[in-house]
Amino acid sequence: MSEILIETEGGDLDSAPMNLQMGPSHPAMHGTIKMRVKLDGEIVQKTEVEVGYLHRGFEKSCESVTWSQVMPYTDRLNYVSPLCNNVGYCMAVEKLIGVRATERCEYIRIIMAESSRICDHLTCVGASAMELGGFTAFLYAIEAREELWRLTETVTGARLTHSYCRIGGLKDDLPVDFLPNYRVVEKKVRSLVADMHALLDRNRIFLDRMKDVGSMTAERALQWGFTGPVLRSTGSDYDVRKASPYMLYDRFDFEVPVGTKGDNYDRYLVRMEEIEQSFRIIDQCLKQMKPGPVNLEDGRLLLPPKDEVYGSIEGTIAHFKIIMDGIQVPPGEVYSYTEAGNGELGFYLVSTGEGRPYKCRVRPPCWSLMQGLHELLEGYQIADIVPTFGSVNMIGGECDR
Amino acid sequence: MSKNVLERLQARFADQVEETHSNQGDDTAYVKRDKLVELLTFLRDDAELAFNLPVDLTVVDWYQKREPRFEVVYHLYSTTKKHRVRLKVRVDEDDARVPSSFPVWPGFDWFEREAWDLYGVRFEGHPNHTRIMMWEGFEGHPLRKDYPINKRQPLTTLLGEQK
Amino acid sequence: MGLEGQLTGTFVGTRLSDALNWARKYSLFQYPFVTACCGMEFMATACSHYDISRFGAEIPRFSPRQADLLFVVGTVSHKLAPVLRKVYDQMCDPKWVVAFGACASSGGFYDNYCTVQGIDTIIPVDVYIPGCPPRPEQVLDALMMLQEKIQAEPLEKQA
Repeated sequence: MSEILIETEGGDLDSAPMNLQMGPSHPAMHGTIKMRVKLDGEIVQKTEVEVGYLHRGFEKSCESVTWSQVMPYTDRLNYVSPLCNNVGYCMAVEKLIGVRATERCEYIRIIMAESSRICDHLTCVGASAMELGGFTAFLYAIEAREELWRLTETVTGARLTHSYCRIGGLKDDLPVDFLPNYRVVEKKVRSLVADMHALLDRNRIFLDRMKDVGSMTAERALQWGFTGPVLRSTGSDYDVRKASPYMLYDRFDFEVPVGTKGDNYDRYLVRMEEIEQSFRIIDQCLKQMKPGPVNLEDGRLLLPPKDEVYGSIEGTIAHFKIIMDGIQVPPGEVYSYTEAGNGELGFYLVSTGEGRPYKCRVRPPCWSLMQGLHELLEGYQIADIVPTFGSVNMIGGECDR
Repeated sequence: MSKNVLERLQARFADQVEETHSNQGDDTAYVKRDKLVELLTFLRDDAELAFNLPVDLTVVDWYQKREPRFEVVYHLYSTTKKHRVRLKVRVDEDDARVPSSFPVWPGFDWFEREAWDLYGVRFEGHPNHTRIMMWEGFEGHPLRKDYPINKRQPLTTLLGEQK
Repeated sequence: MGLEGQLTGTFVGTRLSDALNWARKYSLFQYPFVTACCGMEFMATACSHYDISRFGAEIPRFSPRQADLLFVVGTVSHKLAPVLRKVYDQMCDPKWVVAFGACASSGGFYDNYCTVQGIDTIIPVDVYIPGCPPRPEQVLDALMMLQEKIQAEPLEKQA
């Protein structure tokens, strides 16, 4: 065509950068993130991430309740893997008091935390596949998660917000039929995970959207404070379970999967492999664990058995003291760290010797991931924001607290 | 190995380190804020220490319990040497400011903004020193001990108030 | 539709509202305003195990202008409140709101400086679902209650 259809000033097409706002109510932003994106055509030039839309005052609330009452708040930090948070918090308080849970209790904690980690990774992989249009994989992932939740429900009594751990022990031992139930669930989940592998691993669309998108070097990721699967996908092998084994993690034989490029596809593979490794850890737990007490014999920490509460004056008083005054934690401060679904979950507790935490700070892995997120997005296309953001697995409750 | 960190730090910055302890297994050093950036750079670049992961930054408010009122707390980790350290900087309420560690580790970017937002400690030299959890126009710093837990500052008119 | 005033109370009017309400209650297009933990149970409700599509409400619309049912799933902070109000204002009538979970209904156990103490302080709510988070069965129950409510709506309210 020789004639000019649209005349532009200066003769050339106008190509000023465009500003676009994504979120906070955007399907791919998980409800609580706002991004201001500066676009050159379809290329993202600059991104500004804004958080805080789900800030619900975790710390302030924790300061006004007793040490044990903090437990439900920790459930709702990373609500995709609540048991990891429960375990992390209990370990921190136990470290501050200077006690260690019984062996059987630690085995059970590991089993539950690892099954929570599997749920976390399933949700992340499923949701990011759905955001790319792979709805079938999402349905499979949720199906698998549902099976695990039902199993968890038989142990903890709740589907999602468990509050299963207690300072110095657990709510209860595993139910007697846990092992056969677990074997059934494991078989189902493993087969669903295999289906997800078959659906996604060599899927052309999935590969094109995930490979070489949103990559980062290990060095840069460490500078931003990244931990967890996102850091490991870049090639660094930092995993708290291996680097400084807490509880009984030094007794298990498991691998830490690492990626090479740190792109979306590596993150996906790392997460899928971690599911496999978590199954291995649970298997070894079930083989190694022996019958025994799950709670410490410590009247300062745990409620006395109910027949004692109703049958003796000492039991009534002990029950009353723990409920009303809270567990007495010696003054001091402690930083305790565990590997949660998204990386290093740390609790920094300060006690003044009263029944309530003076300060209960949580080090959320998502917070670090979000502050460096813009480097994963810049230079790629606007459509790549969705898979990159999905594969980072931002959890609002943990990020904003 | 862990004693090594504090000893090395003391040897290099004898006048900056106020006191050290290793209570409950966590190595802690109280440092002055004057040469904080230099000190953090040393922790990062020294071959023996090699702290490469900025873990956490927060503030403890000792309202009416201790003087000075605030403690800025840094947690660092080295993935190669596998050791940790906690640094604490004491600051007064009237002069609540510390130099920003953003040039050393970008990973403290949002942690510092959060500390400013919720505790009101200034980080001098931070490139984007704005609120992050709350909004611009929010009065006060909610995690200070003298901020009432129920004091809300709604952004919209609530339905009950219109009646 | 313009005819409401003339038809109110007549035989034709009541039959027409029955038919309209029947159509509306089984084709709810929902806008999930998902913020927090309850979103996990919302996902569970929407997927194969509990399958919300059996009740004609499976299609999420992420544009408020195409939705007639607003699910407020999770905690709403004061920072997010103006956004929720804006989303609600953009929806066309007739519209319904479900407060999903304890936080949306009352603020839950987050009684502090940043949490809205129930979304009914910002927008009107039709159905509240208790629970932290509610089980999927409760969500489906709430949906059926909403459908009953829609069926009972008189014609003049639908203008």
